[in-house]
Parts: sequence; structure tokens; C-alpha cells
Amino acid sequence: MSQTDPKDLAAYADDADAWFKDNVVRDPGFMLPLTFMEVGTDQQFHFLRDWQHKVWEAGYLGAAWPAEYGGQGLPQAFQNEATKAMRRHGGPIMLNAIGINWTGPLLLDLGSDEHRQKYLRGILSADDIWCQGFSEPEHGSDLGNAQTRAVRDGDSYVVNGSKIWTTLGRYAKYMILLCRTNPAAARKYDGLSFILTPMTVPGVRTTPIRKLTGEHGFTQTFFEDARVPAEGLVGKEGEGWKVAMRTLEYERGARGGQAGGYIAVQSDAWDVLKLARRMDRDGAPALEDPAIRDKMVEFMIEIQSMALCRQRIAVPALTTDQPLGLPLSSKLMGTEFNRRVNEFAVSLLGARGAYYVGDESAVDDGIWTRAYLNAFSGTIGGGTSQIQHNIIGENVLGLPK
Amino acid sequence: MNAPVRELGRIGFSEEQASLLEVATEFCREKSPVAKVRALIADELGHDPALWREMAELGWLGVAIPEDFGGAGLSLAEAVPIMEQMGRRLLGGPFASTTLAAQAILSGGTEAQKQAWLPKLATGTVGTLALVEAEGDWALDNIGCTATAAGDGRLKLSGRKYLICDAASACVIVTSVMYRGAPALMLIETDTLPDGALRRETVIDETRRAYALDLNGVERPASALLDPERARATLAHLHLAANLLAAAEMCGGTQAVIDYTIDYARTRKQFGQLIGAYQGVKHPLVDAYVSYEQARSHLYAAAHCFGEQGTGEIATRMAKATADQAFSFASDRAIQFHGGFGFTYDCDAHLYRRRAIWHASQYGDAGYHKKKLAELLL
Repeated sequence: MSQTDPKDLAAYADDADAWFKDNVVRDPGFMLPLTFMEVGTDQQFHFLRDWQHKVWEAGYLGAAWPAEYGGQGLPQAFQNEATKAMRRHGGPIMLNAIGINWTGPLLLDLGSDEHRQKYLRGILSADDIWCQGFSEPEHGSDLGNAQTRAVRDGDSYVVNGSKIWTTLGRYAKYMILLCRTNPAAARKYDGLSFILTPMTVPGVRTTPIRKLTGEHGFTQTFFEDARVPAEGLVGKEGEGWKVAMRTLEYERGARGGQAGGYIAVQSDAWDVLKLARRMDRDGAPALEDPAIRDKMVEFMIEIQSMALCRQRIAVPALTTDQPLGLPLSSKLMGTEFNRRVNEFAVSLLGARGAYYVGDESAVDDGIWTRAYLNAFSGTIGGGTSQIQHNIIGENVLGLPK
Repeated sequence: MNAPVRELGRIGFSEEQASLLEVATEFCREKSPVAKVRALIADELGHDPALWREMAELGWLGVAIPEDFGGAGLSLAEAVPIMEQMGRRLLGGPFASTTLAAQAILSGGTEAQKQAWLPKLATGTVGTLALVEAEGDWALDNIGCTATAAGDGRLKLSGRKYLICDAASACVIVTSVMYRGAPALMLIETDTLPDGALRRETVIDETRRAYALDLNGVERPASALLDPERARATLAHLHLAANLLAAAEMCGGTQAVIDYTIDYARTRKQFGQLIGAYQGVKHPLVDAYVSYEQARSHLYAAAHCFGEQGTGEIATRMAKATADQAFSFASDRAIQFHGGFGFTYDCDAHLYRRRAIWHASQYGDAGYHKKKLAELLL
């Protein structure tokens, strides 16, 4: 379909709306993760895997991916309508985040046809869970320094080393691995390669990492003489940095191709507004406190800022001076907002701010404090906010390194 | 207390806005180099009349005036890119004053007043507003000046107005007064004012010209009154229109002051390193830049939604609040990051900082608009 027929689009949107209305389960009887990084129990994992599978089967995930790879070949506008309907009805998150937002767009962009045939459908159906192996214990934001070694041996690479912050590491079938194939390269970046790596081969081991919230959700992944098929190489050997940077552009919102849906549900300013109405200060709703009103309005302006900046990306005439500025700023804006708005929400709880998840007296089961602590995964992961400042300063404003 | 979740506005950009943005970007860059801006600071009039005529010929003064009255029949949304680019180049002159005077007459004038004035304002006759009084209250309906009947259908005015932009260039001033116990607006042709009625004021933004006006002893015919039924609505409209244009001029200024500071950070070395490489400089510049992008998004949402009941007010107040925060921060840091040079008159940073202070002082600053937004949203 080359042209979007508005009537078809409207019908699809109506169907999606009705489907999500009928199929969303808001309360499965246990706490659902707010982001794909918070999947800490098997119960949560299986629920979310089944949910993603069901959404895909119904035609509301990957609708814009080619039909031969498990999508429907529809224009992006269709998937956008499905995602909106999902959000409208409070649908749980899509589990296979690295697959649908990183690996998938990358393979559609740069992968071979074999790669696409082999991997894309399983990404959408959630049969094949993906994880990402970029960060290393000694090299957090400095990805270019990755030391995990891969040595070519016939049809395989033999991998040794360790990756950290592997979200869904326990469950993943595949990893996108950034590893060093040539330690002698003149520039450190030129010695890296990008390999689609099975997690099931001998020599790959994961150990869970306990987060600041007390929950699990990440692993450290160890490679000990793991033999990985060389056909998983994306791009050429030594082009790993370029490929990895491209995946970060998908993550940072600077490039399209994602399968749709969302991988995090963030409490927004409107939810915090409702909270401010419910909590008491000096015998009156907290929202009547002028200081709280002022902060509340600032957050509402800010959330509107982000929505408008997203809309403005679509108007090239309003972004000519720094075309990359808005896309590269969106991660910084969004994650820092999320951290601050949850911190503010915790401040609204009064004495009950002292409770945490698990206590019957905790406001909203303790989600606000937990969300605040988890918000650091956004401001640290995928390049810390401080690194984002460097990226914007250097790549958008042209400031010296 | 349980206000419904409102529509907060969205981005839209018309073909006319796009073409005006393109033309204005080039025109203002070419016609208003900073050396000229500085030369005009010392000039009594404060702007270049030849340039003003060129702007009139480009049709910029009539963009928001209906075709029936000699304008282009567009809207204030189309004045925004012009104002933004003027702000970027610190291009002074009575563009905002004249546009707002036309809005006053368009919104609140009688048919005869529209016929008499709008075609002139659309083609280069300067007009302005006199709404500020001694207390400097941003509430435009808090008015102490009065108009009282003086016989033969004449009205006798009393009181003083302040911070009237470009009054010495203007042919007509739209002033607010209390008339029969209610706010009213009236037209004063400047050629009817007694000598010495206008006094030039010393203001923080030296690229601007502002005047105080002594209304005591001024008499006008009753026909100078705008439609009394429309006075309150017109004042509310002018408050928002003035803030929209201010936000545009501020966004342009914010972009320019960030660019100006970046240029310095890329060339100035200290301790063997370009100062832009220091994260203590780099990161706040990025913060300023991100705030600028957010303010500009709000600006074009406000421009697009300006005419929508409710949404227009929310979007415009958000635009002014974010523009104030972005411009104030960026221009404050611009002085700091220029170091010793930043403390001198030769450095341009203070031109922008002064302008940001001016705009924060007129028609409400960020804190004021946030308070108004709290009333609308919470």
C-alpha cells in the first residue's frame, strides 16, 4: 500500500481501539513493571511475553514492518494509531524492547536478507527475546573502549569477556554484542565489531544484578570461550562502532523504523496532579499550597514542551538551524523529567513518603518512590545525562571536545 | 478544583508562515548587523525610518489586518516569524507597537475607526499602546486614568501613562482609561497632544524607545472612544497578543545569544584549552539550548492556536513563561561565559540580557504566567 487511505486508517484505528478496550488487563493480581528494565520475576516475564504475542497476532505491533518478516507492510500511520490505542487503554508495555526498538530497525536498515528472515518475526512474536551487550563493567558510558574480545576461528567467533546491565539477560535468546575483533587497530573505534549473538551456546553465563530498588531485572553476562556463528556479523568486521551508534540513534529517537508500542509507561504530570489533589497538607489538599501549584504548573509546561518538540521534528522549516537538535535532546529531556517529576511526587506523600513497596500503608502501593529510584535507569542507561550534554554540546552546538 | 484536562495546544505551520520566516530571516540578517544596532542606540528616534518603509513595502505591517482594511488578511501567527527574526538580530522599531495598535482597533474599534486607521497602520503609519500606569500592575484592567464628559461631546482626560513604546514615532496612541466606572480604550492622535506631554524614559533595553504621557488637560471628542462594550475583551486580547509577540522576539534573541556565546566558547582559550571544552561551560550552554528549543516549540504552538478559545490563552502563557526562562538564563550565562569581556559594554551579551529584563517586565514574567496557568489548569 503506497498511499494511506484515510478511510482505511480510520477503520483500523477504530478496530485497534475496540481491541485494546476488550483485551487490556490492567491488574493481573501482581505488580506490573513500568519499563522493560524492571522485569524481575518469571510471573511478570511470562505475562508480558504473552501480552506482546497477543498484540502482534492481533495486528497491532510491527504493522509497518514488511509482511514477509511478520509485519503487515502498512504505512507507519497505522502502527501509530495502534500505539495510541494501546496507550489510551493503559495497555502493559511491550517486553521485547531491544528487539522491537533496536535490532529490528537495524536489520531492516543494514541487515542481510538472511538476518531479516531469521530474526524479525521472532522479535515481533516475542518468541525470541533480545538483549543488548554494549556496556562493560569497566566502561560504562565509554562504549568505544569495549574490551570483550572476539577472535575469528573458521565460521565462528570465539568470545571472551563480560557485559553488564544486560536487561532481560536471563530470558534472552539473542544479544546484540559490541566486541573487539582487532585490538591493534589505530583508532579504538576501528577495532570493534557488531555481532548478533546467541545466548544459548556453551560458554555464555548470566548472573543477576540486584538493583537499588531491591528488585532484579539486569544481569551481568560472562563469555568464556563461547563460539558464536560468524554469520551474525552486522556490517563488516571493524564497523561495529558505526553500527552501534546507529542503534543508539534508534534509542535516542533520532531515527524511525521501530515496531511500535511502548517499552515504558511513565507516570505523567496529570497523574501527579491527581496525587496532589488526594494528599493532604495542613488539613487541605496539597494542591492548594501555592508552592506546590507553582511546581505542578512547571511540570505541566514541561510535559507539553516535550510533546510539542516531538511535533516540531515533523516541520523541517522550523528545525533548519540544528536539524539534529530536537531528536538528540529528547532522551535528556524525557529521562530527566521523569526523574524529577517522580521525586516531586514522593515529596507530596507527607509522612507516608517513608513507606516503600510492600507496606500496606504505602500510597499507591509505593509506586512513586519505586518509580523515582527506577528513573535513574533512564538518566544513566544509554549514555548518562552528563554524556548526553556532551553529545548535544559537541554534535549539535559544535563545541570542542 | 477539578478542572477538566484541557487541550494545551499543538504545532502547526502555515505556508505563509514558512515563506515569511524565510524572507524575514534573510532580511533581518542583512539589514540589522550589530554595528547598526549599536549605532541606533545613540540615535534619538532609535530606529531606521528607511528600513521601516521597506518593511511596510514587504507588507509586514498588514499581515494580521483583514484585506478589507488594506492588510494581507492573515493573522498574528504570521507576524510571529517576522518578530522572531527581528528579535534574533535586535532589529528595533515600532513593529510590535504598530501591530498591537492595529489589534486594538480591530478587536475593539468602531467601524469608522477601523476604516480610518487600519489601512494606514497596514502601510507604515506608526501606532502604539498606552496601557501601563505608575504602579506597573500587569493587570490591564487596573486603570487609574479617567475620561470624563466635558460638554459638547468632548471627553477630558486625567492621569499619566508610562512605558509607551515608540510614542515619538507614533501618529496614534490607543490608551486605556476609566470611563463611566468601567475600563475603556480611546484613540489619541499624537499631533493633538500639547508640547511636553511626552517624556522620553530611560529604559533597560537601549534598543527600545519608551515614553511617559501626561494626559492631564488632554481633551478628545467622544468619537475617539473605542466600542465600550468591547473594552474588556480587547484588553484581554491585547494582553495575550503582546505576550505572543514578546515570546517571538525573545525566542529570536535567545537563539542569537546562544550562538554568540558558542562562537566565543569555540575560539577563546584559557589554561591551554578552548573554554567550550570545559563541561562547566558546555553543559549549561546545552541547558540553555534545550530550553530555547522548548520555548520555540511553545511559541509556534501558541501562534498556531492563538485564536482558539481557552487553548490560545494556555499556549500563549506557556510560550511567554518558557521564553522568559530560556532568554533570561541564556543571556545571564552569556555574560558569565564571556568572562572579563562579558563585563564590558563592548560585549553584546548585555544587549540580550537587558532585552530579556525588558520583556520579563512587560505583560507578565514567567512566575506571573505560571500563576495564571495554575488557575487555568489545576
